[in-house]
Amino acid sequence: MASNISERIVDDMIAHGIDFVTSVPCKQLAGVIEYVGNNDKVMHVPSNKEDEGMGLCAGAYMGGKRPCIIMQNTAIGVTVNTLATLIQYYQFPLPMLISYRGELGEPVACQVEMALHTKALLDQLHIPTFHFHKKGDEAELGDILKYTQMSKKPTAILTDAFFWRTA
Amino acid sequence: MIRNDVLKSILPIITNELVICNIGSPSQELFSLDDQTSNFYMLGTMGLCSSIGLGLAMAQPEKVIAIDGDGSILTNMGTLPTIANNVADNFILLIIDNGSYGSTGDQPTYAGKKTSLSAVARACGCENVVECQAKDTADELKKALASNQMTVIVCKCLSGNVKVPVIEMNPVIIADRFMTEVGRRQS
Ligand SMILES: [Mg+2]
Repeated sequence: MASNISERIVDDMIAHGIDFVTSVPCKQLAGVIEYVGNNDKVMHVPSNKEDEGMGLCAGAYMGGKRPCIIMQNTAIGVTVNTLATLIQYYQFPLPMLISYRGELGEPVACQVEMALHTKALLDQLHIPTFHFHKKGDEAELGDILKYTQMSKKPTAILTDAFFWRTA
Repeated sequence: MIRNDVLKSILPIITNELVICNIGSPSQELFSLDDQTSNFYMLGTMGLCSSIGLGLAMAQPEKVIAIDGDGSILTNMGTLPTIANNVADNFILLIIDNGSYGSTGDQPTYAGKKTSLSAVARACGCENVVECQAKDTADELKKALASNQMTVIVCKCLSGNVKVPVIEMNPVIIADRFMTEVGRRQS
């Protein structure tokens, strides 16, 4: 049994078939990324930008893997075109585990600016969006991953500071 | 030689490899020359050809050739460090470097000016980088495939496109057909 929330989330991802992860770092997700990197059940390929990461995921999916991208919500601004013209257009399932910066507890003012647009952009892109805010919300992760494969869509799992502090 | 000539010259070399082809003219020209179930055509998303190719190569054992362009690599320059640091010996990145953004009207790229993509690839840590003239591309590709080592080939060719239709195949069919081909080889 994994000891902390980061490890439990990764173990749950692996239990639901995720075997290829690309990531662009965020402080809130540091534990998740470290645990993914040290886990030999999942191939971890850090990427330099999130659209690049989605390209890696698209290729890995066509090669038979079940990918996941780990990124910050600022990346929604970077990846709108890739989500629309690659992931959605070709119907590649892609769970996005997202650090939802700029919410309550945020120390960096600039992060609030993209937080204001995050849900609106996801909504505009018709991306199924789930928000982990409180301890226990992570119980839905397995169902979200199943839903992602079933619908062959990108899905967003927003995880905010309050979630990481209390879960 | 322009891109279409380079593509024609490498077709006899590509026998059993999986191909990821760059958006726009490259995909349209390849589709017109020799459509195969082992080809994945990009219909959008400038820049990500090499990333899709690397992800595919890492995920399964068949050889993968990403037919990319100079403009596309410049758009997604971060791809080269990722390729260098995640060596997949079943992956060949073929950059057809015509010094221009071909699909958008042959506007010059910096790769046709001071910037050397082969030097960039080497600086990023790619170990097997070959720069060649267009006429030598088929030979270099043959050597790279025989080496069983991840290789980046930068093929310097002339700017220009041939007039071919856009690909009208449905994206979901392109992906499904390609994945069926990949799956057939794993079984
Ligand atoms: Mg070009």
